[in-house]
Amino acid sequence: MPVDSYAFLPRSFRALYENPPRLEGEDDAVWAPFEGPLADATIALLSSAGLYLEATQPSFDVDRERAEPGWGDPSWRAIPRSTAQGECDMAHLHVNPTDTLADHEVSLPLRALDGLVADGVVGASAPTHYSVMGYQQAGLADWRSTTAAEIIARLRDEHVDALVLAPT
Amino acid sequence: MPVLARHVERAGIPTVVVTMMPAVAEWLLAPRIVGVEFPFGHTFGMPGDDAVHRRVLATAVELLAGADHAGTRVDLDIEWPQSRGEAYKSWQPAEPSPIVKLMLERRSGDR
Repeated sequence: MPVDSYAFLPRSFRALYENPPRLEGEDDAVWAPFEGPLADATIALLSSAGLYLEATQPSFDVDRERAEPGWGDPSWRAIPRSTAQGECDMAHLHVNPTDTLADHEVSLPLRALDGLVADGVVGASAPTHYSVMGYQQAGLADWRSTTAAEIIARLRDEHVDALVLAPT
Repeated sequence: MPVLARHVERAGIPTVVVTMMPAVAEWLLAPRIVGVEFPFGHTFGMPGDDAVHRRVLATAVELLAGADHAGTRVDLDIEWPQSRGEAYKSWQPAEPSPIVKLMLERRSGDR
């Protein structure tokens, strides 16, 4: 049965999400063929949960978002594959963070990816995984020009074969 | 997120988007899509549910390898282990996000 994309959305919000306008230049199909096999591939994960390493990285800027509700922090954080449960905090004003903080796998399944590597399904987990804060409105231009370019450069540096993106 | 996926894909790196809103990802032309009917903030499942985390992620990487055209979408048939009402309440933040708060204020101002 098809997933109901609006199952958990307040009914009055549905119109805001349904068939949003496509950005300029984003109205055609894009396709990069996957050069297999999967068992040799290096995979990276990207979450928009606003996770960051509590001990070493700054939070996403939720104070500015509170002051400018149309703005979302377009920056990104590198999350090493060795990151353990409890090392991340979460800065995201649009969802309840309780379950992702209790188990980061809910949003960024590093252990699950390690399991697929251990079982030979996937070749390797990339050295770096990625965290962004998914609410992007006024910051979308920075997101496109800077965030995407920086993440792509890092993916290339680490010879990543494919990226799994997980919106929150 | 589909926009970011498209940028990465355009750079030659294949992508798959795992999302609670696959219809939106499809509309925004994400190249490969895995749909999950989970509450927001729970893309891979409930905390501690390692089997579901793995199943969702495995579906995503298998779609990377198996899809042969842009817009390929696979919806997972996994029932959320909470009632709809409970899940609906539990994903939402303790206070409305700034943009929702602003919209609610504007709406009440219109009345």
